[in-house]
Amino acid sequence: MSEIIEVDGVSKRFRMYRERNQSLKASLMRGRRAKYDEFWALRDVGFSIPQGSTFGLIGENGSGKSTLLKCLARILVPDEGSITVGGSVAALLELGSGFHPELTGRENVYLNGSILGLGKREIDRKFDEIVDFAGIETFIDQPVKNYSSGMYVRLGFSVAINVDPDILLVDEVLAVGDAAFQAKCMEKFAEFRAAGKTVVIVSHAMGSMRTMCDHVAWLDHGRLVQSGPATSLVDEYVDATHVERAVQGDQPEHETGRHGSGEVTVERVELIDGDGQPVTTLRTGDPMRIRVHYDAHERVDKPVFGLAVETLEGVYVWAYHTRDGGLEIDAVSGKGSVDCVVPAVPLQPGTFDVIASVVDWTTQHTYDLRRKVVRFDVEAGSPRESGGIVAMGATWTREST
Amino acid sequence: MRELLINLTMREVKGRYKRTALGNLWSLINPIATMVVYTVVFGVFMRVEIEPSRTGLHVFALWLMCALIPWTFFSAALMTGLNSIVANANLVKKVFFPREVLVASSVFALDVTTAIELGVLVVALTLFGQMLLPWLPMVVVLLILLTAMALGFALMLSVANVYFRDTEHFVAILLQIWLYATPIIYPLSLVRRAEGDLNGWLAQHGLSFPLVAFWELNPMLHFTQAFRAVLYEETWPSQTDMIWCVSSAAIVLFIGWRVFRRFEPRMAEEL
Repeated sequence: MSEIIEVDGVSKRFRMYRERNQSLKASLMRGRRAKYDEFWALRDVGFSIPQGSTFGLIGENGSGKSTLLKCLARILVPDEGSITVGGSVAALLELGSGFHPELTGRENVYLNGSILGLGKREIDRKFDEIVDFAGIETFIDQPVKNYSSGMYVRLGFSVAINVDPDILLVDEVLAVGDAAFQAKCMEKFAEFRAAGKTVVIVSHAMGSMRTMCDHVAWLDHGRLVQSGPATSLVDEYVDATHVERAVQGDQPEHETGRHGSGEVTVERVELIDGDGQPVTTLRTGDPMRIRVHYDAHERVDKPVFGLAVETLEGVYVWAYHTRDGGLEIDAVSGKGSVDCVVPAVPLQPGTFDVIASVVDWTTQHTYDLRRKVVRFDVEAGSPRESGGIVAMGATWTREST
Repeated sequence: MRELLINLTMREVKGRYKRTALGNLWSLINPIATMVVYTVVFGVFMRVEIEPSRTGLHVFALWLMCALIPWTFFSAALMTGLNSIVANANLVKKVFFPREVLVASSVFALDVTTAIELGVLVVALTLFGQMLLPWLPMVVVLLILLTAMALGFALMLSVANVYFRDTEHFVAILLQIWLYATPIIYPLSLVRRAEGDLNGWLAQHGLSFPLVAFWELNPMLHFTQAFRAVLYEETWPSQTDMIWCVSSAAIVLFIGWRVFRRFEPRMAEEL
């Protein structure tokens, strides 16, 4: 595969003005322009992008991804190094920039098309396709100021994607429109890639980066950490940037909705990994023990301990209590703990909350119930499946007839 | 590139008077209002003396408009042109395209309205007995030269305005002085008279000052005289005026272009 974009030792410096008043008086008084600090947004970044690939730029906010993308789009000029681009480029940095609110959709399609480098005849030819893709036929002769923000962005996207460049640069604009339009966009991207064209994407959605991209470059504070195959590098990036959650004490800050009569209380809940260490981060497929520390302030007969897991969005993923699990506890008094053993965590990567409770044998009376008593993260492990909440450990087979 | 220039120019033209009840009529109402004000103040109250033309025309309002329409174009072109980059900051920061197109389209959009104004003026002059048809190509040539000079200034100033937003206010004052420094509202004969008075007084100290020659260093003076020669006098502009017009247009456009090119790469980050 030949290289379509060659980034060679690129550095970009920005001036951070200490007092930016852009006034002539100020600069005359000082005899020069406002004082500024220099800040290197990119430092000696080099990699190459093969033709026909989908290339991702990953990194935290402020790592220089968008600056690099703007350099690729020729909006910014690097201070050092060079960028060689072997084809026409269209950038989806902000959709509908350059629309004039008072002009109609039709007029704006021609205007925006020509800004992106299309001739009148080309736009004439693609006009129906553009309008059709945006799905705004009935509004095309209305001024765009009357458009909803969704229509505005859809028309912008539609013009940009129909420019039909060799290289498409995309900055976080995939999250536009409703689900149906997003599906259309993904289809268009797939078509684009199938036609052997190159896509460069900046996104924070690591899941889609891993599935969409062939290669990624990982930037950190303007420097290239590594570039390589997407799957392994995205995982490495997610692991490296993961903020370790503090092993929580008695009162986790995000805990809400504790209630119960209080004869027995849930003191804390620990997650313990296969090596017996308390953790808050696990991988799919790891063994895990959920340990509930309780304190019975008086003797309580036949208590039932329950656990449940929810996603951050509140989707109820799983629940299990000791009565259903066949663990009959005659009575508790004082402190102690019960363990729930999970042989292999069947969750896809994500963040989850644990709900712990102590109830009586009938499960009708609650001694203590604590929501979000502990929060934990699951990282990619094995089995690695494409998406969703649970990892089913499934396999694919095919029988030909 | 040509496509883009045309589309952006049309955007300016169409966008300017959108949502106004009178629409494009505004581009006629404005100069007419200025004409009425200046004619009443300078022609009626202050009795500025003008010579009748070679063809016997002797109307202050028409004499004024032959020079005021080109001047209005020039000053508006500088003001909108110098603002064009800052006003389109969003576009400059998000899309790559030759940025000079923004400046050029804002100047060319004014050419459209100026052409209409000149058309109305030609009709009015014809009603007063002028035979302008054979001179129209010369009017077009002069307008093209004036556009080139205005574009040169606008390119320079639009860059300056990115770095110093004062430019806009500074130029507004400068243009006001420039208007009165150009014999548009008054004839050059008044400057000659003033030179005589001045030198009479300076002679007591053994000095003299060539006021008229100094006045003639202003390229807009030559444009004014050239436009008036063609429209009001129905003669060819003087050779001196034409040399001034052509060379100032060429020099200013060249310098403006070079300055713009020099600063264009850093524009997106300075905005």
